[in-house]
Amino acid sequence: MSDTVAPMLSVFPSRALVDENFKVVVENLPPGSPVTLHSLHQCEDKHYWEAYGHYISNHRGTVSVTDDLSFGGTYTGKEAMGLLWSMRPVPGSREGLRLRKRNVCSPLLVNISVYRGHVVEGFREQAPLASSLTERWYMAPGLQRIEIREKGVRGTLFLPPGPGPFPGLLDVWGGGGGLVEYRSALLGSHGYASLALEYFAPGELKSSDLEFNYFETAFNIVKDHPQVMPDKVGIFGLSLGASLTLLLAAESSIIKVGRINCPVMVVNSHDDQNMATVESSEDMAQMMRAAGNLHLLTRLYYPDAGHLIEPPYTPHFRATKFVKDTKEKVILLWGGQTKPHSDAQEDSWKKILAFLEQNL
Amino acid sequence: MDRKQCCVKLSVQPSRGLMDEKFIILVQNVFPGFQLTLHALYKCDDGHSWEAFAHYTASAIGTVNVSEDPSLGGTYSGVEPMGLLWSLRPVPGSKPWLRMRKMNVQTPMVVTISVYPGHQTEGFLDQVSLAGVVVERWYMAPGVRRIPITEAGLTATLFLPPGPGPFPGLLDLWGGGGKLVEYRSALLASHGFASLALDYLTPKVTIETGKMVDNQYFERAYKVLEQHPQILSSRIAMIGLSFGTCITFKMAVYSQVAKLRCIVCISGSHVQPIDGSVEQIMSFFNKNAEKTRFNNENQVIWHDLLLPIPTDPSLKVDVGQLQCPLLLVVGEDDQNWPAHESAMDIKEMMERAGNSHLLTLLSYPNAGHLIEPPFTPFAKASAFRDISSRQMLVALWGGETAAHSRAQEDAWRKTLVFLRANLYAGANTDATSFSNL
Repeated sequence: MSDTVAPMLSVFPSRALVDENFKVVVENLPPGSPVTLHSLHQCEDKHYWEAYGHYISNHRGTVSVTDDLSFGGTYTGKEAMGLLWSMRPVPGSREGLRLRKRNVCSPLLVNISVYRGHVVEGFREQAPLASSLTERWYMAPGLQRIEIREKGVRGTLFLPPGPGPFPGLLDVWGGGGGLVEYRSALLGSHGYASLALEYFAPGELKSSDLEFNYFETAFNIVKDHPQVMPDKVGIFGLSLGASLTLLLAAESSIIKVGRINCPVMVVNSHDDQNMATVESSEDMAQMMRAAGNLHLLTRLYYPDAGHLIEPPYTPHFRATKFVKDTKEKVILLWGGQTKPHSDAQEDSWKKILAFLEQNL
Repeated sequence: MDRKQCCVKLSVQPSRGLMDEKFIILVQNVFPGFQLTLHALYKCDDGHSWEAFAHYTASAIGTVNVSEDPSLGGTYSGVEPMGLLWSLRPVPGSKPWLRMRKMNVQTPMVVTISVYPGHQTEGFLDQVSLAGVVVERWYMAPGVRRIPITEAGLTATLFLPPGPGPFPGLLDLWGGGGKLVEYRSALLASHGFASLALDYLTPKVTIETGKMVDNQYFERAYKVLEQHPQILSSRIAMIGLSFGTCITFKMAVYSQVAKLRCIVCISGSHVQPIDGSVEQIMSFFNKNAEKTRFNNENQVIWHDLLLPIPTDPSLKVDVGQLQCPLLLVVGEDDQNWPAHESAMDIKEMMERAGNSHLLTLLSYPNAGHLIEPPFTPFAKASAFRDISSRQMLVALWGGETAAHSRAQEDAWRKTLVFLRANLYAGANTDATSFSNL
């Protein structure tokens, strides 16, 4: 064996929330050497996801992903978080996969490695020069996860640590159904008592059974919680949930009086292939202008981003499988190009958190 | 009339960190000039509760930043970003003479940090705080592997960094209290060193036979590192604290088997019968037992047992023959060992022999004996079971809280730089990757 010790690969912080940045640094390489930085994740469904970037070490034999440029791979240019947001299923995987973590109590484990040369494939068949493991968490330490089965409402409440009281959120997902907890977990980690609401069983789109009442009851569960500030409760909606959110804000007698009377933030993507969101929000703006409450509206508009604007650094899916109510499996085209979509996720999340903080 | 303060925002970044990493504690949304107390609470694995607290006054924009603002009083004062950890002490009413040591390194230290109104000094647990967050402090980075070693009659644990390697190796020895202490090795592996924590005073073989280990025990431990497929045999070092330094000096100078690339000796001495086994070295110390002193609180001061530093060459390791770099760390207020006096003698011996270029001496005023990884709570004295007499005493370690904590932080950073410089290839002693420490 040679006398050479392995290069040092460090990821800082090694344990972080999923919306936090990290620094990936490799040291002790030969100067000016081409290397590939690679990330690997095995999701709960056992599929492998990977991303990689091609770099060249400097005169001290160091590569810093935050400061250096990637010359090729699943992302290019100066991208501190490219190893996460540009992940895609490894070659040979099934079509239409989507990375979603169901169990939010454990972290996403991502293996970061450095390989000699500019490698494009076969990463798992060769030994890297060095590798490190990083944990990405949806839940901050001390966050409580409480299952809610109350008054017919089904969901999971995430309660921040401390005495409170906290601002509250009702988190309404889209038409995919089931219970999606990770956004609420992340919002809980940012200090909101957030209720992730289940309103369809997975795959069941029984729109006629959807009652206004269900959402109002859910909203009240949050509002009436002893550790929630009753005058500081908001609603967060994605996709179908967004439509519901707007409807609730406008029509509900319980959820704020009258036509939209509270600040609204709308996040749109231009390349949204799923819903005509840009057109809808244009229409909405006109209506609010006519009603004289346009000042309540903030619109964030991202060209080239797709429909699924998820928490930052979540890999982008241009098309994934989806089960319709007729049990027919279709591929839904969400749209968007990877890099602009990921920028949209990062930017919109920051702006959403700021909007929530300002108003709640 | 005071408006009641509510909706206080408290954040600690990062919320999950390694034990030697710094965090930033920020309080926001309080009234300008508001007086508050920051409080830390930790319940250790043995069930004891520890706390620390500090008094702050909010700025004109209603914030407190612990990294920038001074504490006006409490268990620490001044600008101390990590004061809430290193000034932790047992809550009132606890068993006396406790020392915080985490023996299970696979779980984090979980600390609750809270804000209370006003400048308070007690009764924290009887009231509701304004805000609270939970912070995890880990000895093991993700991917570090913990491997119990029982081969060759050893009682040890090997910590391997993540990845294929090969890694430099470290043999890690603690002091006269015995037991298998893993936390320093776990932390070193989190920094890229394959580290073997070795129990040499209370290993299985000694518990079962009543006999202390011989010098070959340490050479067998060295061989575990040397023969490991993921460890580079040409890059093995040794780190010892207190009694562990006796073995470290001896192996570095006299062992035919161990080829140490560098050594780190903390709070120890080169004074010992050079041909002696562990048992013989201990009886040598006990011969001077009448030099034991007690302070006003009946705490044991063992500082004088090895004094005066002998001139007889058979009674001290000939450091003039040392061929590898030595990092010597001592506290000038060490009441347990004459570490400072020994360091002076070592320096003189090496200067006479012409190898003093190998020596780096870190001597800290007002630091005591237990120079541990950073932010470990300071203990000026604690309960100690003497290995030979089996008697339970209170040993005086020495040092003053703030100075000792500063010494721990500085010594650790310099230890990592020293190990990297000697064990990792090239002249890359650039400390930028420790900028988070």
